[in-house]
Amino acid sequence: MTETYSAGDRVRTTTADPAYHTRLPRYARGAVGEVLERAGSHPLADDRARGRPSEARGVYHVRFAARDLFGGGDHDVTVELWADYLEPLEGDDE
Amino acid sequence: MSGNHTSLAISEDVRRVETLLEQRGLLDAGEIDRRIDEFLAGGSPANGARIVAHAWVDDGFRDRLLADANAAIRELGLSMAGGLQEQRLKVVANTEDVHNVVVCTLCSCYPIALLGPSPTWYKSEAYRSRVVRDPRGVLREFGVELPAEMRISIWDASAESRYMVLPRRPSGTDGLSEEKLAELVTRKGLIGTAAV
Repeated sequence: MTETYSAGDRVRTTTADPAYHTRLPRYARGAVGEVLERAGSHPLADDRARGRPSEARGVYHVRFAARDLFGGGDHDVTVELWADYLEPLEGDDE
Repeated sequence: MSGNHTSLAISEDVRRVETLLEQRGLLDAGEIDRRIDEFLAGGSPANGARIVAHAWVDDGFRDRLLADANAAIRELGLSMAGGLQEQRLKVVANTEDVHNVVVCTLCSCYPIALLGPSPTWYKSEAYRSRVVRDPRGVLREFGVELPAEMRISIWDASAESRYMVLPRRPSGTDGLSEEKLAELVTRKGLIGTAAV
């Protein structure tokens, strides 16, 4: 089972760079962001693209500050991410 | 990320697969074109313009639209169910503090069932790779100059939701009917690369 998250939760995306199709954009790997909302449940695209069975699991809108993704910029970027790409951020672990 | 979707080799491969499927009786001749035509028939930027104009004149509708766009647009007889399955629509509102811009960095996801095909530039590698990094610069190239204090929020359609921007109602439009207001809304406005 994948973790579930709530609005306001801080999460870190995985740093995995798989050899197959994935929907975690490279620019958002290993980055810390904030969950805005849950955007339903869907089978994982990484599995479907390889013809594997996949249960529906949570998909979340996660907002990142541009400076945390690109080292600069005053905008923010919201990416829609499966729970598989996320891990909870522990306490003051920045 | 994948490149521009214009490769001749890909088109030939697709045509070859289509022909094989037709020869084996798995597809009727021309069935794919027909399905695509059906999918596109319901979509038009005019649908987005109607939604925006209605949200401008009806605060209750605006609230419902931002909370659950799929349910709200059914009030206008519209839907996101034109494809194989109904897609989730997320409408994001521009305010005096925030300007929203939509992109699909991984491919070209867009609310086609509602708004029809996306503009060619939306699918270009240049737009997809640059707007997440330097939105102010990209918007300037579109002729949109935002105040320095205006925050920019980018929405990357990387999974199952599709996005539409609700632009701000232009000033000096108090006397206009809902129909006239809808005429002010452009396809770029619904993506965030124009003010309206």
